[in-house]
Amino acid sequence: MNWRGNLLRFCEVAGLPIFEPFVRLAAGEDKKEQFVGIAKFVLLPIVAIALFLGFWAAAANTVVTDSAKLPSPKATWDAGAQLIAMHFDQKEADRLAKQEKLGEAVQYMAEAKAYERAAAKTTGAKQESLTAKSVSLKKRAVAAVNFEASSAPTFIDQIWTSVGTVFFGFLLATVVAVPLGVLCGMSPWFNAALTPFIQIFKPVSPLAWLPLAFIVIMWYYAGYAAGETFFNKAFLISATTVCLCSLWPTLVNTTLGVASVDKDFINVADVLRLSWTQRLFKIILPASLPLMFAGMRISLGVGWMVLIAADMLAQNPGLGKFVWDEFQNGSELTYARIAFSVIVIGMIGLVLDRIMIFFRNLVSFGNPAPA
Amino acid sequence: MSVLLRPEPIAITRPDTPAPKPILQMRGVCKGYGSGVTRTEVVNNINLNIREGEFLAVVGFSGSGKTTFTQLVAGLIKPDRGTITMEGEPVTAPSPDRGLVFQNYSLLPWLTVRGNIALSVNSVFKDWSAEERRDHVERFIDMVGLSHAAHRRPHELSGGMRQRTSLARTLAMKPKMLLLDEPLSALDALTRSQLGDEILKIWEEERQTCLMITNDVDEAILMADRIVPLNPGPSASLGPAFTVGIDRPRNTTELNDSEHFKSLRNAVTNYLVAVRQKARNTEQAATKHLKFRLPDIKPEDLTRKGRAIYNRPPR
Repeated sequence: MNWRGNLLRFCEVAGLPIFEPFVRLAAGEDKKEQFVGIAKFVLLPIVAIALFLGFWAAAANTVVTDSAKLPSPKATWDAGAQLIAMHFDQKEADRLAKQEKLGEAVQYMAEAKAYERAAAKTTGAKQESLTAKSVSLKKRAVAAVNFEASSAPTFIDQIWTSVGTVFFGFLLATVVAVPLGVLCGMSPWFNAALTPFIQIFKPVSPLAWLPLAFIVIMWYYAGYAAGETFFNKAFLISATTVCLCSLWPTLVNTTLGVASVDKDFINVADVLRLSWTQRLFKIILPASLPLMFAGMRISLGVGWMVLIAADMLAQNPGLGKFVWDEFQNGSELTYARIAFSVIVIGMIGLVLDRIMIFFRNLVSFGNPAPA
Repeated sequence: MSVLLRPEPIAITRPDTPAPKPILQMRGVCKGYGSGVTRTEVVNNINLNIREGEFLAVVGFSGSGKTTFTQLVAGLIKPDRGTITMEGEPVTAPSPDRGLVFQNYSLLPWLTVRGNIALSVNSVFKDWSAEERRDHVERFIDMVGLSHAAHRRPHELSGGMRQRTSLARTLAMKPKMLLLDEPLSALDALTRSQLGDEILKIWEEERQTCLMITNDVDEAILMADRIVPLNPGPSASLGPAFTVGIDRPRNTTELNDSEHFKSLRNAVTNYLVAVRQKARNTEQAATKHLKFRLPDIKPEDLTRKGRAIYNRPPR
């Protein structure tokens, strides 16, 4: 297959119709048709966004209270640029501090070596005191090498924490929901047993789950000081909440996918006399993957929404905490920063959704869902 | 069932050999769905012997229980009454011995042509070496002429190619008996006759016992040794068998001019139509007391005058 076919197929599978006209144009297909495509997928959204920014700017001039005002698009953009610049400044400062410490470490080591050599030449009490000095210098060198700058997490650090938390929670949810869903789909009895739980817990808000997750984690980590545990407590509380909320779409869709495997495929398995495991892995799971991934896509979306709220409450160092802290600080830049993080949260949500669409289309042969 | 229309006596050109022993026997097989008053008998009292090495066609209208019949023979469903035996052993579950070619192909969309065929070969011939199995798969891909498309997935194939894949998948299991469930009915007319010829060619090479279920009388006469009509359901049963005494290899063009072919086609068609008419009459007689006098209403033309509708192609 040629490059054009591959790229077009990628656009289709990745749910990116926006690039299709450009690929076709580059390949020299009918120009007029491609310009229509570009107008529809590129120009029209740009015009719509421009209109939105216009309204926003107008609203920013109108919505003004005594203490604060709605940030304008310009102010939001500047606040965002400043946040990103702060991140890089901070990292640079950290790097310099680290380098300085490394220099110190080398110096301590050299001194320690000198004391060692001196100790080798002498005997008795003098040798002992010299060796002790050398050892204490070595300890200081090791401490200097292990130095980590303890600066507050920047905006970009918090983005990564949030993404990490949501993926961890989503992973937990998938690990729990997919096997349960497969069992539910294969056994109507199991499904009947689980249905009440699904029906009752599905609509519960993350804010209601969080205190319970909090208790469980606190109980589990009782007696450990902060930093002693592999996972941060707040991180685990957030991730558990995400997991509990994003479990249900995957579970329901997996059940549906497994239960509605084409009867003909089951007949094929019957005629071939496949064993139970072969039937599961060669027929049922591949056949239900598209619906499973559709469910996981919803789960990840729900998880990302839930995470912001969970971060706020659990004080997990993520985007939710960032928004909350900004709101509490109430500086001049507060609202511009919050507006910027709203946009960033939305964009990350979009990227997560695209990733899941890509996976879903990858496993649904000849039947990719429109984005 | 009383005799409605007997085919005219047909001279059998085939040399008289003793009838081979049946490979598959159906005795008084009944199958229905539902229970109590909502129960419908789909097939009723089916008796059939399929002889070793013969090509038998079961012809019936759509909705006359053809699919249920196939599933019974394949072992996918169990009869309510009666027995089905294959080589003396009762049929209780599906088995690779009765290779089923599905009407709607039933290819697994996530596997390529090669993958689909390999799945059946790998699960039927577990004790073969990997190399033997690979060669076997390639041989059958080649047999149905799909070597150029072996790496494609079903959604990238035409209907004819899909059915060929499905056929190769079934043939590769080396079944003792081939079950074709309306193998050509989902295809367009041109592909249909071409693939029909190919199935016939493959069958003539292998001479496997073959049971084809179809709704096309011409197709049945062209391919089969015997034709058994399936009386239209509910509670379908089998009619008297018609022997197709036409020498092989058969040629479509020659057949179309053959008097024998025409009379046989008429006989089978007339039989099926007559049975259906009789079933309808019985049904009508049963519901006669429900007859209403229809109101004397004529439809009125509600289209607005002066508003023409053009049949323009949509832009």
